[in-house]
Amino acid sequence: MDLFLHLCVMCLIYIIFALSLNLEIGYTGLFNFGHVAFFGIGAYTSALLTLHHFPFELGLVMALTLSGIFGFLLGLPSLRLRGDFFGIATLGFGEMIRMVFQNEVWLTKGPMGLPGIPKPTLFSFRFATLPQYFLLTLGFTAITFLFLRILIRSPFGRVLKAIREDEIAAEALGKNAYRFKIKSFVVGSIFAGLAGALWGHYTTFISPNDFTLLETILVLLIVVLGGKGTEWGPLLGAALLIFFQESLRFLRLPPEYGRYLAPLQQMIFGALLIFMMLFRPEGLIKERGRRVYAGTQRVE
Amino acid sequence: MLELRGLSKAFGGIQAVVDFSARLEKNRITGLIGPNGSGKTTLFNLITGFIKLDRGEVFFKKEKIDGLLPHEIASRGLVRTFQLSRVFPRMTVLENLLLAPQGQMGEKLWALGLKRERVRDEENRNLKKALSLIEKIGLLPLKDEFAENLSYGQQKLLEMARLFMANPEMILLDEPTAGINPLMIRKIMDFILTMREMGKTFFIIEHNMDVIIECCDWVFVLDHGEKISEGTPEEIQNDPRVIEAYLGT
Repeated sequence: MDLFLHLCVMCLIYIIFALSLNLEIGYTGLFNFGHVAFFGIGAYTSALLTLHHFPFELGLVMALTLSGIFGFLLGLPSLRLRGDFFGIATLGFGEMIRMVFQNEVWLTKGPMGLPGIPKPTLFSFRFATLPQYFLLTLGFTAITFLFLRILIRSPFGRVLKAIREDEIAAEALGKNAYRFKIKSFVVGSIFAGLAGALWGHYTTFISPNDFTLLETILVLLIVVLGGKGTEWGPLLGAALLIFFQESLRFLRLPPEYGRYLAPLQQMIFGALLIFMMLFRPEGLIKERGRRVYAGTQRVE
Repeated sequence: MLELRGLSKAFGGIQAVVDFSARLEKNRITGLIGPNGSGKTTLFNLITGFIKLDRGEVFFKKEKIDGLLPHEIASRGLVRTFQLSRVFPRMTVLENLLLAPQGQMGEKLWALGLKRERVRDEENRNLKKALSLIEKIGLLPLKDEFAENLSYGQQKLLEMARLFMANPEMILLDEPTAGINPLMIRKIMDFILTMREMGKTFFIIEHNMDVIIECCDWVFVLDHGEKISEGTPEEIQNDPRVIEAYLGT
């Protein structure tokens, strides 16, 4: 039962992470290869503040704020770049943030990492046990899902899609593509920060090694596998991949084979990504046009 | 309505547009013709801010608009189309139209939270308008279909309908009837003429002389970036300089 709950918590955290990336990649067409940076900023901010005995509420709020601010600061120059160049800029940023975690020892304790991150207390209720933490992440996942759904279904989300489809045509219709992209990027970063904070308080130990490019690839794979540009795709993708990844850990292999497990998992992920690109690039769930609009009745 | 003063643009050593000046009157349909590579599309790109001017000034409704960004010019009521149809392929026909209205409240993030009623009302109004428009152009059965699944002619028609939704004061059309069948050309011409009756101003690049003769009040002729002639369609047809430019004799 505990194992199952653990899988669920991990899964929910990655759902939040993937939903935030889906807003950028799936709806706005921003291929962000440094998304893990915001996950890391969220995790470190909340962890550091609570370790210094600030309340969890403050830690969380600051985690979201800082992720958003860094998203804004990164977006400002990099969103002027198009396509591949934007991807490379974010890739660089992702590595840069990891180097900061690793080398700014006075703040992050460097490669030693931060142990003993306290379990969160929200409005004087302590989420200490596994079922409690499960409920906490479930709540945040629901909030994220609903918030992003409202955004995507709104006229705002429609402009994001138009920018994804044809930025120049969108500008010809009077939409300020740059500004919409920044907004989308900041919102995406904020929710990645939320996922990071929840993850930090769950594992209670974070170190720079948790925020490598592999994490970005994993969450990218979740979005692509599930179906980018769909509301439910990231949920399905996260459920499949996280259950697969985490259950490998509990496979009872003879110890001499244990060391092959991690590379094998990477190989399977890589093969899966290639397979998806070749045979079902749209993901398991296919994007379809919306039939009914938020708050409007069918007029027929 | 639109005044162009001495627009010039060179790409490397090639003078794409040379000292082009013109005045386009309100509620007129003005044509722009010329051989391939004569600088017509470049001129459009210069007016709408997609390419930076080397020299010259653009005034729209007496306001100087050169140097503004494309979306700023579009939101002032001067909207263009492109030579190849540019619908948003993976958005539905309906979404393509709903996107077009300018200054939508629901495109602002804060309004989604604080002005929900207004956003909803606005969206309902646009939806009604879009649906009646879709019905008019005969695409109602396809309204929830991705635009990429439409035929090229239907996409062009959708693009015209989108302009109608955007409701700008002046529209620049880059070859609206290129590559589509005569029946569809008729529909698109009807669209243009209806919108003119509503008080819109047009500037049209077109190779199809039938369209020029039927629609345009005034025509500019461009060759090697220079304006070689202007006049009513009848005058242009008989102008020896125009015939020379086209036939190269």
